[in-house]
Amino acid sequence: MELLVASAIGILTAAGLYLVLRLRTFPVIMGVSLLTYAVNVFLFSSGRLKVGAPPILSDATNYTDPLPQALVLTAIVISFGMTAVVVMIALGSYLGANDDAVNDPKTDMEEPEDLI
Amino acid sequence: MSHWVILPVVLPAILAPFIVLAARYHIGIQRVLSVTGVVALIAITSGLAWQAADGTVTLYQLGDWAAPFGIVVVADRLSTMMVLLTAVLSLFVLLYAIGSGWDERGRHFHALYQFQLMGIMGAFLTGDLFNLFVFFEVLLIASYGLMIHAGGNARLRAGVQYVLFNLLGSTLFLFALGAIYAETGTLNMADLAQRVTLIDADATVGIRIASVLLILVFAIKAAVVPLHFWLPSSYAEAPAPVAALFAIMTKVGAYAIIRVYTLVFPPDLTVTEGLHGLWLLPAALISLAIGMVGVLAAKKLDRLVAFAVIGSMGMVMVAIALFSQLGIAAALYYILHSTLAAAALFLITDLVRASRGHLELTTTPPVAGAALTAGLFFVAAIAMTGLPPLSGFVGKLLILDAAFTTPLAVWTWAIILSASLVSVVGFARAGSTVFWKAQSVEPDPEAEPHPAPSALSYAAVGGLVAMLILLTVFAGQVHRYTTTMAEQLFAPDDYISTVLDTPGKLSKPTTEDH
Repeated sequence: MELLVASAIGILTAAGLYLVLRLRTFPVIMGVSLLTYAVNVFLFSSGRLKVGAPPILSDATNYTDPLPQALVLTAIVISFGMTAVVVMIALGSYLGANDDAVNDPKTDMEEPEDLI
Repeated sequence: MSHWVILPVVLPAILAPFIVLAARYHIGIQRVLSVTGVVALIAITSGLAWQAADGTVTLYQLGDWAAPFGIVVVADRLSTMMVLLTAVLSLFVLLYAIGSGWDERGRHFHALYQFQLMGIMGAFLTGDLFNLFVFFEVLLIASYGLMIHAGGNARLRAGVQYVLFNLLGSTLFLFALGAIYAETGTLNMADLAQRVTLIDADATVGIRIASVLLILVFAIKAAVVPLHFWLPSSYAEAPAPVAALFAIMTKVGAYAIIRVYTLVFPPDLTVTEGLHGLWLLPAALISLAIGMVGVLAAKKLDRLVAFAVIGSMGMVMVAIALFSQLGIAAALYYILHSTLAAAALFLITDLVRASRGHLELTTTPPVAGAALTAGLFFVAAIAMTGLPPLSGFVGKLLILDAAFTTPLAVWTWAIILSASLVSVVGFARAGSTVFWKAQSVEPDPEAEPHPAPSALSYAAVGGLVAMLILLTVFAGQVHRYTTTMAEQLFAPDDYISTVLDTPGKLSKPTTEDH
């Protein structure tokens, strides 16, 4: 199981990083989502991998650490909210400029058009 | 148990939804509520700073749960000074936003502003690393909204970059937290400080990786080169009052580095010895150099100020990277100065934009209110570049003095002094092009004159400049106080015992046995 979880984290991170480097909003947002999945699994494993144990101190010999699960829950909620925000901003940017590139345009220095 | 410590977080957290729900369509009521809230914050944070001034560490346990398991809020000298700085800065910035009408150009400015304050205050006060992450997210999600306030294509594009960069930073933060938790089994900072000393010298790989990941995250927030790429676009494109408030956000990163790397991973800890000292000082020196070269190379006034922020963060990080009491005391003085100076410059940039209509560094005919704006720019630029007689000069002297006995002293002195010279040239060029040469250009009789900025805008900028002058006049007292702050940071036993030894609701001895 250690191999499975570790390789899952690794593959998710690698795929996420690759997508983040694509410089178009859709792949970048997909990449960020994959990275957050990777980090969620990573947080789970930080409390050690244990199967079939309750997350409470019922008997002191066999239990699993409950704190990482609380951390993961917080991280999921936050990353969900953040992804929603970035999708909305990226959509606004795309619809406004008709361009979904993440990087600055080459003419960035010479466009004083919409200074507010 | 005193509940005052949590108020800087709770007050904006209640005020923000109240503004959205009760005063959604009434900008006047929103303004009154927002200003009242910020003034109350100043009162509360002054009280906290007063309470902490004699070295008391005040602990607040949320829900009365004891420390390693419950969430705690801790107010010592450093965090109370930072919350007071935030409150004072936010008052002037808010007055400017009202005076210049920025808050009317989009919706929910005041609510987002309060949420932003809540996040910043929480990040300064929390005593728990995971809570620090949560407050980072609170301040970030509010800053995303403020960053794209009033819209516009350039701003939205810069906003996408800003949000994505920070999302990656947050992911990295979570990886760091997971690694720390896996190694130590706790995320409470005081508890961590004790547990990392117990780690076996043969098994330090995990904790060393975690400490490097953590410093990377904080360096992203503090815009240390080469992790600064998010800053120039987003600060230049953000609405001016928002950029001015963001001046404190880079300091959140600097604060987190000071806090974590004096408390949890102090420089004399064998487990992580030499890890940050080796990399942080060169990176800080490079940030300083690149920031000031950027000042010289900028073609627009807002980019110029954004690069000046990178340069001044480099200066702060140089002082922090020394990891000595002298260095931290100098860094804290410089943090106060550079926050106020950067905010004043962003607001002055907006005064220029309001009266000229654009920010290109080209000469245009004289505009309404130019003399006053030019005067304020002159004073703020002197402060930012560190020329005598203002606080930047004092701060730089303190940093040079702290670096004098270190191995890299020659490099540090050379880079600080030459970067200052470059920034003086950059600001002098910008100021003379924009303000001084304006007299030599014939005004275009066809052109529609822009109205002069309102008196409230000038009052807000003047207030920030007055704070800079006060910081200079009382430099001795302030520096003595930051020195005591550094002493407290380097002797964390009091902090640790206050956090860990205060009993909570289940650890109190009960008289009857259940």
